[in-house]
Amino acid sequence: MSAAGAVKPEPTTKGVVPFLKIPKDGQPYLAGSKCTKCGEVVVGSRNTCGKCGAREGVEAVKLGTTGKLYNFTIVHRNFPGVPVPFISAIVDIDGGGTLKGNLLGVDPKPEAIKFDMPVNIVIKPVPQKDKEGNSYLSYFFEPQSS
Amino acid sequence: MANDVYVVGTDMIKFGRFPERTVPELGAQAALMALDDCGLTIQDMQAVYSGNLYEASGGVGQRILREIGQTGVPVVNVANACATGATAFREGWMAIKAGVYDIVLCVGTEQMGAGLLGGGGGGKGIPTEGLLGSGTMPSVFAHVGLEHTRKYGTTFEQFAKVSVKNHHHSTLNPKAMYQKETPLEEVMGAEMISYPNTKLMCSVNVDGSAAAVLCSEKKAKELGLMGRAVRVRSSALTSDPYTSRNIAMMDFNAVTRLAAKTAYEMAGLGPDDVDLIELHDCFATAEIVHYENLGIAKEGEAGSLIDSGATALGGRIPVNVSGGLLSKGHPLGATGIANIYEVTTHLRGEAGNRQVEGAKIGLTHVVGAGSACAVHILEKA
Repeated sequence: MSAAGAVKPEPTTKGVVPFLKIPKDGQPYLAGSKCTKCGEVVVGSRNTCGKCGAREGVEAVKLGTTGKLYNFTIVHRNFPGVPVPFISAIVDIDGGGTLKGNLLGVDPKPEAIKFDMPVNIVIKPVPQKDKEGNSYLSYFFEPQSS
Repeated sequence: MANDVYVVGTDMIKFGRFPERTVPELGAQAALMALDDCGLTIQDMQAVYSGNLYEASGGVGQRILREIGQTGVPVVNVANACATGATAFREGWMAIKAGVYDIVLCVGTEQMGAGLLGGGGGGKGIPTEGLLGSGTMPSVFAHVGLEHTRKYGTTFEQFAKVSVKNHHHSTLNPKAMYQKETPLEEVMGAEMISYPNTKLMCSVNVDGSAAAVLCSEKKAKELGLMGRAVRVRSSALTSDPYTSRNIAMMDFNAVTRLAAKTAYEMAGLGPDDVDLIELHDCFATAEIVHYENLGIAKEGEAGSLIDSGATALGGRIPVNVSGGLLSKGHPLGATGIANIYEVTTHLRGEAGNRQVEGAKIGLTHVVGAGSACAVHILEKA
């Protein structure tokens, strides 16, 4: 067993988080879970419901592609190599679930950002690659044109 | 009551940066100071509870005993986010409450680097900080503050006033990292880290340690230590109950409210009975929301509470007269016990020129990401 003998997998395109799914045929989407007992929808995969504790009836669902800005902050200082300023946004997804992500297309100033502004949740490629050369898709928030 | 538990000795080192010292050395210093405070030795202790986060797998409690006396007693090492020190204290309290021991030593220690906390990824794939929003602690607590703004219109200036107040308090505390006034313009004009938290609205990463000797009533009487003893009226520890946004936006409110409710009920007291509070002002935004979470302000009135001056020394309910995490500093595993030290010192009437006059009941609060919250209510015995 030597590293030299290992077959290196071909670089591929992955989701930046496990719940960003890239089906072989069809559009990438964000995956969530819905409890059929209490109705709660959460981001990501769950076997049991964190709200009511149900061990059965938690179903995989596709999360919505629109939402509303619940909260934000404007990040001016971050780790070296992370471009600033950027808007860290909390978005309530229409249909259930809440996400944190970057809000694009809005001036990073408090007066330009409105609570409850409707946003689209868009999935697109990012320039960063991992050590194995894999490419990534990430999700972003963009204001809906009024 | 016969099964009450008392703080009979407590102390903390002056918080600062001590890169040339080790974690056990720092812990040992506070442990010996707390033992000296009640005139006892490590030979008198029946168990040791040690809180430390960054060397959680490193047997810090046992290494402290190598510095101060290896008596062979049980040592429990505790890690529980920013509630680490308070959890170690609570473990000691529970053991005495259960009647297993009569007297124990609780010590919290931390040695920290400078810089941003949080924001780390899982190590797989590509880093998500700055791509999926921000997970740094200044950002996480900026979200906490702006949620209050969203609900009640709380302003940047109101958040900033918390830092002005706590930095002012620290000028009266020789054990604080800083003793420096920071006027409002200076706080608001400091480097913006994550809006609305400027650099002066972020707690200071420091090295520090604090310790407390806990004792049963029977033993305290036997040792003649009731004179300066402070009774633990209640001890509450919570994890985060389910709330719908908690994964995306950490919810420090529900976990704190549950701990506060539990602690008030156990003590048979309410927020109006409390004379001073040391709460978890890891960021200026946090102190504002905890006014409501701990019940000293009505819903939506935390902004006007800071405006009124009620939480400053000399006000109706002084908060963080030690200088708080903002200016005293926040050595994670030590903070919970340092809060106990501060409140105990006031209840004993020994807080010098920052003394909250006539203090009979005090409350301590810490809350850590993940989440863990501890509330203790202490009473002059």
